[in-house]
Amino acid sequence: MRSQARTAGFDMAPKMRLSDYGFFTGDLSALHPAPRVFAYEVNAPLFSDYAEKARFIFLPEGEKMTCNDSLSLDFPNGSVLIKNFFYFHDAEHPENGRRILETRLLIKDEKGWKALEYIWNDEQTDAVLEVAGASFPVQWTDVSGKKRSIQYIAPNLNQCKGCHSYDGRFIPLGATIRQLNQYPAAGNQLLSWQESGLIDLPSGFDVSSAPRLADYRQASPGNIDDRARAYLDANCGHCHNPHGPANTSGMFLNITERNPERLGVGKAPVAAGRGSGDRKFGIVPGKPNESILLYRMESDDPGIRMPELGRQLPHQEGLDLIKTWIKEMK
Amino acid sequence: MLKQLLLLPVWLLATAILTAQPDIEKQIQTQLILAEDGEVIEFPAGKIDLSNTLWLDAKKNITLRGAGQDKTVLSFKNQTQGAEGIKVTNASGIVLEHFTIEDSKGDLIKTQSVKGLIFRDITARWSGKPKKTNGSYALYPVQCQNVRMERCTAIGASDAGLYIGQSDSVWVTRCYAKNNVAGIEIENTTNAWVYENYALYNTGGILVFDLPDLPKKRGGHVKVWKNKIIENNYRNFAPKGNIVGKVPPGTGVMILATNDVEVFDNYIMDNKTASTAIVSYYITENPVKDEHYNPYPSGIYIHDNVYSEGKRMPTWKNKLGFLFWLKFGRNVPHILYDGIQDPENPVRDGVVLPEYRICIRNNENGTFANLKADKKFKGISRDLKPYDCTHDSMESNR
Repeated sequence: MRSQARTAGFDMAPKMRLSDYGFFTGDLSALHPAPRVFAYEVNAPLFSDYAEKARFIFLPEGEKMTCNDSLSLDFPNGSVLIKNFFYFHDAEHPENGRRILETRLLIKDEKGWKALEYIWNDEQTDAVLEVAGASFPVQWTDVSGKKRSIQYIAPNLNQCKGCHSYDGRFIPLGATIRQLNQYPAAGNQLLSWQESGLIDLPSGFDVSSAPRLADYRQASPGNIDDRARAYLDANCGHCHNPHGPANTSGMFLNITERNPERLGVGKAPVAAGRGSGDRKFGIVPGKPNESILLYRMESDDPGIRMPELGRQLPHQEGLDLIKTWIKEMK
Repeated sequence: MLKQLLLLPVWLLATAILTAQPDIEKQIQTQLILAEDGEVIEFPAGKIDLSNTLWLDAKKNITLRGAGQDKTVLSFKNQTQGAEGIKVTNASGIVLEHFTIEDSKGDLIKTQSVKGLIFRDITARWSGKPKKTNGSYALYPVQCQNVRMERCTAIGASDAGLYIGQSDSVWVTRCYAKNNVAGIEIENTTNAWVYENYALYNTGGILVFDLPDLPKKRGGHVKVWKNKIIENNYRNFAPKGNIVGKVPPGTGVMILATNDVEVFDNYIMDNKTASTAIVSYYITENPVKDEHYNPYPSGIYIHDNVYSEGKRMPTWKNKLGFLFWLKFGRNVPHILYDGIQDPENPVRDGVVLPEYRICIRNNENGTFANLKADKKFKGISRDLKPYDCTHDSMESNR
């Protein structure tokens, strides 16, 4: 039963402890990547209650990522996407240390992707497999020096698929060309992977013409529309697209949607229930406070808030962005 | 997910379960994640307090069974996570039976993309007085196929108690819907049989709707028979923005923009505003921008229903209700057609082709009005003759 893809000393059968995989060397909590493990960044991160994330890709020996002419990224079997969630004790002073809460693995095999969830111990020496999720209190000091606390929730394995779903199949979300294709100023990670033989980009691949999500956190470069659409794509579009679990609503917030009605403009809700907040339309141009979209982003009630999973706190910076976007919309 | 998880070595699974917190919620959720095809997962008797959605995904032939509606109560009063009580997704052959589920923050049971699904002997309710902060739907299959709801009870939904959306091949029978905004709602759903149910004290008893902007564009082939649809006069407590928020208190049956609907042999009694309404989407005054959507009802057959005798005062708490009062006083007709016609309906010799017609025949106390809503409600006609026809194909297709 443990005979799954065994490559380069990594046995991809699920393991009880994160340390059993050997993704990191030395002190586990330092997250020093082992050979074949490398860090990556996304342009538009999903908001997760202000948790920070350290992301890595593991590729089996001798294998590389591929990218076809329509620029869809593919991973060889045995690949693992590794995402560590943590809070700095004091976000203004990261040097004062951090607490890692959970590590999520997406493992690719011949049947597709599967998720596994590891919860870190208080000593920060290891993380243990947990299929049914977990919940525990967390405190930290945010960038403005404010003390904050939250009952942190690590998802169960079904909840993982609640977002990572395309026509009912499990898919990765952040590992797309759009998310990985950074601004040239940042030193494009796709190109540096190409140089190190980690990815095969199609001939003639051009970072400036390839799809790219705006980094919504940066006021420049990029206009408000690009930033807002990138924010909505990353935070809502994984469900709200024609192949995602929220397609029942008929509201599509993925970056390629061009029909204003399907984006929610003048669109009456279908099954929002009290999620409508007594407002009539998804988006009312010029009027963020009459738009259901804003109401659901602002709420912390589990029956109202959006996204349904992975967020308890309102994301103030995201709200400001979407508010401005709707206000300036004609 | 199941298959991949089966790759977990057995010792490892055992450890994972043993190291889990011993609470029952975690135990049930773990069972749902690890369930094997054909498994029956039993909820014990007693009140079970839950903080998060119980979620079953990508499984085959699984039964979730309580010890009885009066014995097993799944309470989500203290829910902090998830928008539903129970959620079932991407599955087939699922049976949910013999329990009560109550007070979730969103919907009570939502099932999406499930083929072959039975809800049986389930009570799904919000406790206390019906209020707009209650969740939307009690039982909510959406994008499902072959759905059977039998002997289920739904109480207090701020949208619809028993709601079937964007599904195909549906039976709703011997159920009981009370004090919801909509008792039973069939929406953008094809081939639905709704029979021998009770819809009592809702705002609207049974609604058959086709709405725009949805992936499944068109419902239809819906039959509603031998139901008792009585005293659906409850105040409308839906949050604004929701389509059911426009349903007047005192609605028995409402057919909105759907085609091929047969309503017969029902007792439709003491619904004070609109015992049976046949309307187009335009009556909602919402804009229609979906070019693939047909906002008009067609192929409707209302026959052999029994309506109450005597007079009824329509609601004043709804624009349409108030209008009915202005037009008819205390004597609102039972069967109301908004008269807004599809200009593109195929017509021969000035008459709409038979399969598109609205037929109304042989209803006891079945008074009628064509409201001429397209003519600003001027020239309302009480003449039933233009609607004296049958849809034989519907009758032969039972």
